[in-house]
Amino acid sequence: MFAAIRPRLASVVAKPAVLNAVRPRFFSQAAVARSNIASLHTLTEDETLLKESVARFAQEQLLPKVQQMDEAEKVDADVLKGLFEQGLMGIETDAKYDGSESSFMSAILTIEELAKVDPSISVLCDVQNTLVNTLFRKYASDDIKERYLPRLATDTVGCFCLSEAGSGSDAFALQTRAVKDGDNYILNGTKMWITNSGEAEIFLVFANVAPEKGYKGITCFVVDKSMGVKVNKKESKLGIRASSTCTLNFDDIVVPAANVLGEVGKGYKYAIEILNEGRIGIAAQMLGLAQGAFDATLPYLFQRKQFGQNIGSFQGMQHQYAQVAMEIEAARLLTYNAARLKEEGKPFVKEAAMAKLYASQVAEKTASRCIEWAGGIGFTRDFPIEKFYRDCKIGAIYEGTSNIQLQTIAKIVEKQYSS
Amino acid sequence: MSNLRILVATKRVIDYAVKIRVNAAGSAVETANVKHSMNPFDEIGTEQAIQIKEALAKSKTGTAEIVVVSCGPVKSQETLRTALAMGADRAIHVDSDEELQPLAVAKLLRAVVEKEKPDMVILGKQAIDDDSNQTGQMLAGLLNWPQATFASKVELGDKSMTVTREVDGGVETVKTPLPAILTTDLRLNVPRYASLPNIMKAKKKPLAKFTAADLGVDIKPRLQTLKIVEPAKRQGGKIVESVDDLVDKLKNEAKVL
Repeated sequence: MFAAIRPRLASVVAKPAVLNAVRPRFFSQAAVARSNIASLHTLTEDETLLKESVARFAQEQLLPKVQQMDEAEKVDADVLKGLFEQGLMGIETDAKYDGSESSFMSAILTIEELAKVDPSISVLCDVQNTLVNTLFRKYASDDIKERYLPRLATDTVGCFCLSEAGSGSDAFALQTRAVKDGDNYILNGTKMWITNSGEAEIFLVFANVAPEKGYKGITCFVVDKSMGVKVNKKESKLGIRASSTCTLNFDDIVVPAANVLGEVGKGYKYAIEILNEGRIGIAAQMLGLAQGAFDATLPYLFQRKQFGQNIGSFQGMQHQYAQVAMEIEAARLLTYNAARLKEEGKPFVKEAAMAKLYASQVAEKTASRCIEWAGGIGFTRDFPIEKFYRDCKIGAIYEGTSNIQLQTIAKIVEKQYSS
Repeated sequence: MSNLRILVATKRVIDYAVKIRVNAAGSAVETANVKHSMNPFDEIGTEQAIQIKEALAKSKTGTAEIVVVSCGPVKSQETLRTALAMGADRAIHVDSDEELQPLAVAKLLRAVVEKEKPDMVILGKQAIDDDSNQTGQMLAGLLNWPQATFASKVELGDKSMTVTREVDGGVETVKTPLPAILTTDLRLNVPRYASLPNIMKAKKKPLAKFTAADLGVDIKPRLQTLKIVEPAKRQGGKIVESVDDLVDKLKNEAKVL
């Protein structure tokens, strides 16, 4: 199942707007006003090279194992090793910390290409890069960066521990406590729904050091598994089954004060900012899922004949797949634009929320249609299409539910229009 | 063996997965807006050079420098960058917008060999667009070097190489002194992906440019393509009712009896 790769112009993405309007001279061929801004389809040469490399890796190393990983509900060890070897687990990390020193857009493209083949592996890579690595890169002291970034880039999986049984959307109602004790903090509590926790050795744990201060006591701690983290119940899920989602217990875990990430009491701020970026990663995952399902299904429409013609040539079908193709393109543009806005240092919170919300909706609709188009075959577990349908639902739930995304967008729009 | 210099020749061709079409004029295959990539046999060649380099480093018996070269228009540099991202050390682009036939490429490569003085030149056995299977052999002839073509296994010795070749009759093993020409066949190795760190490192690797004129080579084509057509479309099969019917069809329709 080949992902159709459209040829890209290998030109560098233009820097912010310079409109070269040329005044047409009388009696001469009118010169056409043309900006130097590239379309969102344009990628740099490095981005194109990376995209093709990841696509190939996904087809050759990942695709053969997707079904077995889904059934075993576990990432294959060789696949995980392959991700590290290709430099895909430290995409934006500095070379001095053994990272690939690449752009945010490169991470987005990687997440998308992986999701076209397996959204479970895509989210593993997404959490590592856009949540875990980014938290370290943005807020950690040099000491912590030196101790943890190289491990995360080369061989160690990390995870982001915010949610609890009693706090999901209401993240700051978390109950995990950290009590200062000399040069250490003693952590107690339980985290739930933590992606990557089955494979992780490094845990970024949000705990409250001063509940009387409310959310302003929330602090981010870097916790090694060896400090005594207990990984319990692995959830058996509808979709992204190869992605481990476990409950974690902290029973009097001793964490050195030197392992506080950034500043005490600023954890809430870090969490919000990180999730705004991570949203674009999930948008990319959902986008890849939609494209992967579409690519896996469309060829079939021109192979299966009924009533003497390809089922893909019936107008009813044509209208449906035209609609879906349009929505995937729209999701792509929202996602890529949010990524480029972030790279440019422009505000992107509204666009990131829009991208994640829309892409998750498109993923669900696309996967649903794909099963219908493929008929009985679409409904059979021997074929890859039904997995996309099961995997897509999580898009509306994690890293900010769809309702939360709507709230985020509404707040910003309200600010724009009220005085 | 101290320092080995390996020259790897690569060609930018239409990607193997693309469904090709003849252009409107019937003069060539349509290349506009069609996906291109490195010729698969050249990827195998690049991979082989990198494996040789890694083996030398691992056994601490020497070092290798991999120079990758491509002859063609400016877009050939994409192919060179892919090779650099796989692990080649530096690249040479012989810039030409003209049609380059195997003899011309062999002459250009000879000029590059005279500049670079490599210990071996690795080429793909053929390019998947013209299927010529000539350039490596012609280059060996021009340089008066030994050649081992259709390699499925290569072992380096002291100033020599032992190559297992896949030939019509089976498999043949030859030993040649270095410097020599090697052309790769499918089963020689499985090329690696360009990993992200290597893609980023490749940006800093040198890429030198020359033209055919710089190298003093006459690249005028010696062959002229008269016509290109797609193969005749497959006709559906027919079911016949009797032997007589079959004989009649073979005689009068297929005209093979």
